[in-house]
Amino acid sequence: MTDQEISRITRRSLLTGGIAALAGTAAWKWLRSRPADGNLPWPLRVGLRINEEFSNDYSSDTRLARTFPASAIQESRENGDLGLDDDVDPNWKLNIGDLSLSLADIKALPKVEMITQLKCIEGWSVVVKWGGARFRDFVAKYAPNEAASNAYVALATPDREYYVGLDKKSAMHPQTLLAYEMNGAPLTAEHGAPLRLAIPLKYGIKNLKQIGTIAFSNTRPPDYWAERGYDWYAGF
Amino acid sequence: MKQLEAKHPRAIRWLHWINFPLLTIMLWSGLLIYWANGIYSIGIGRFSLIHFFPNWFYDLLGVDHRLAEGMAWHFVFMWLFAINGLVYVIYTAVSGEWRYLVPNRNSFREAIQVMLHDLHLSKKEPPPRKFNGAQQIAYTSIIVMGAGSIVTGLAIWKSVQFGWLTYLLGGYEAARLEHFLLAAGYVLFFGIHIAQVLRAGWNNLRSMITGYEVVSVKEAAE
Repeated sequence: MTDQEISRITRRSLLTGGIAALAGTAAWKWLRSRPADGNLPWPLRVGLRINEEFSNDYSSDTRLARTFPASAIQESRENGDLGLDDDVDPNWKLNIGDLSLSLADIKALPKVEMITQLKCIEGWSVVVKWGGARFRDFVAKYAPNEAASNAYVALATPDREYYVGLDKKSAMHPQTLLAYEMNGAPLTAEHGAPLRLAIPLKYGIKNLKQIGTIAFSNTRPPDYWAERGYDWYAGF
Repeated sequence: MKQLEAKHPRAIRWLHWINFPLLTIMLWSGLLIYWANGIYSIGIGRFSLIHFFPNWFYDLLGVDHRLAEGMAWHFVFMWLFAINGLVYVIYTAVSGEWRYLVPNRNSFREAIQVMLHDLHLSKKEPPPRKFNGAQQIAYTSIIVMGAGSIVTGLAIWKSVQFGWLTYLLGGYEAARLEHFLLAAGYVLFFGIHIAQVLRAGWNNLRSMITGYEVVSVKEAAE
């Protein structure tokens, strides 16, 4: 009697479990075979967008990236030369709307120095000292109306080979700098001279080197790595 | 006489089995992420004894250059993994099942006895309770580890918005190492768990599938 009973229960349980396992496998196969959105099956992209909504709602200007003492500064590391020339164009200008600005125009803004951790999306990090102008100060002076009426910021290298998109909230954070100094010296070509973005709220991929243009928009700007399967938001 | 005895509640069985594919996906996608900066090793000074992981391991599993894919799966399935774990904790707390699972003052001593028995160093049988001391410690630790993975993961993922947490864990790099060690802990747990399940036999495994165990009871005196 007991043997019959347990056999019956076991058959029933294995049947239920088998159906559940098949359903799970089917869901997994369905997910993997969905058409790609930015090199990811679209449901995963939707998941990242939901995470972005949470992050955006929760993030606050009053929460700052950790800052470090000068003794914590680490040897810099170069990663990524997309859109960078070996020699910096002596006629470099920063284009924003109709304006064409020189480095002196950026240096005219209050100078901010901060020692923060640059975190690469690969998983490593480096403590770096940045010197530059706050993006929010820059915007207040050179593009107040565009910034007020748009939700996103787009940055690109002069040749537009590399480009990133930022949500305005992250861009306007007090620790987002247009940096012209790194570890106390002017930027070198491989670190994005003459002007780069230093945004400790985001992975290194968003810290665009050698800024050529800055633009505002209400649609999400294209992003080099987001098109290749990475999270568009990529923020901490 | 043999008799059926209810052992594992339905909720625990479902949550346990659902956790299996979820944890597999988290470990797998975590490995795809880790590959991009696979720096951990065990060794002395410059001499590395074990490197996590050797190239043949990556080649075997085909994990190279899949960071973006790994991150996407990790950051979507983390919700399901966390929710499943949370439901388990709530269920065990509310149902009273925690009484069988949480170690007590005797568990540690008992766990040593069980270990000696399992290694054939002692003939003393483990107590016939649902979960012996070794199991109580193991099954409670794995839940604490799950909570640890969520906390260390959050500290890495949102290291500015939850910067205080990252700081408490010793910083960003430390949180990453802790997150990795917990993952290694799951693999270790899994190995021992499977070995113990195989050793315990079908009646035991079946009880995690059906909920019932066949037990021998003495015939009542006429």
